[in-house]
Amino acid sequence: IQADGTDGNCVTFVLHDEDHTLGNSLRYMVMKNPEVEFCGYCITHPSESKINFRIQTRGALPAVEPFRKGLNDLMGVCQHVLDTFEVRLFLKSS
Amino acid sequence: PQAALAMAAKRGTDEMRDRVVLGEFGVRNVHTTDFPGNYPGYEDAWDQRRFEEGFRVDVIREEEGTLEFDMVGIDAAIANAFRRILLAEVPTMAVEKVFVYNNTSIVQDEILAHRLGLIPIRADPRLFEYRNQGDEEGTEIDTLQFQLKIKCSRNPQAAKESSDPNELYFNHKVYSKHMTWVPLGNQTDLFPDADFRPVHDDILIALLRPGQEIDVLMHCVKGIDHAKFSPVATASYRLLPDITLLQPVEDEAAEMLQKCFSPGVIEIQDIKG
Repeated sequence: IQADGTDGNCVTFVLHDEDHTLGNSLRYMVMKNPEVEFCGYCITHPSESKINFRIQTRGALPAVEPFRKGLNDLMGVCQHVLDTFEVRLFLKSS
Repeated sequence: PQAALAMAAKRGTDEMRDRVVLGEFGVRNVHTTDFPGNYPGYEDAWDQRRFEEGFRVDVIREEEGTLEFDMVGIDAAIANAFRRILLAEVPTMAVEKVFVYNNTSIVQDEILAHRLGLIPIRADPRLFEYRNQGDEEGTEIDTLQFQLKIKCSRNPQAAKESSDPNELYFNHKVYSKHMTWVPLGNQTDLFPDADFRPVHDDILIALLRPGQEIDVLMHCVKGIDHAKFSPVATASYRLLPDITLLQPVEDEAAEMLQKCFSPGVIEIQDIKG
């Protein structure tokens, strides 16, 4: 984790063993948070599986908060998609 | 007039938010822009309940090896994440180690091993564990063993002048159906009704001539880190097309338009003859 400045508002998280699969979907969920001023990710080098994920918040909110919320929201989305899909598949096959 | 202008403006922003536009020379509006703060008057912050209300899945086609379904109300970023996971991170069983006891065919050992690794195996990976790091031997809970033992011989009954290899030789084509499961340890008790074999029986592995034989033992493990472990032939997604005709189309032009699409997409109505 690399923090910019003295407050915890702008933080760059370095996530190991991750790629666009988590990066892009997490970026979308974090951007949906109204408290977030900036959110982006990049792959440092295509040969290394490492992403730099940066969050900057509006106001005094620590950047870890939207990160945590984004991860939880993503889990919620995936769970709901899985449930809906299982139901539809079951209904279709029966 | 003012209301009409406002309506048109709203339609414009709705299109900007919801639609990817296919222009003559390129694609416009590709990136998602419906984030909070971008559009005044729109509620864009993440709301799980609103997502659940607007989300639905429609299964279009479900066949032996294909599944096609629509997901409505989800963003491309998440759909793409699902596609990437399907391709690269769903484990399957595939041949990892090939013990070559005898290979006198013209297919080199390593090429043969590579081909065997790519053969899809009908085995539920949830029944097996991952192999521990550094474990060379493999135990019965993480390994599936197959044997391929085949020898090509000349057919004494063949006609003198024939040149058809199907008639002249026995076993000259090695197919994946010649791979047999060899249970390890207590696997016969663990899987009494199981039928572990390659998914397709007619995958040609090698060609032989009389006197050549292949005798190999294969260990299959569960994994994700090579393309051979991908459970799908391919997984793809596309955005649902939304076609709006800007002007009414009549007569021959209408029939030509109908021919451009698959039957059933466009219906021609008969007005005033």
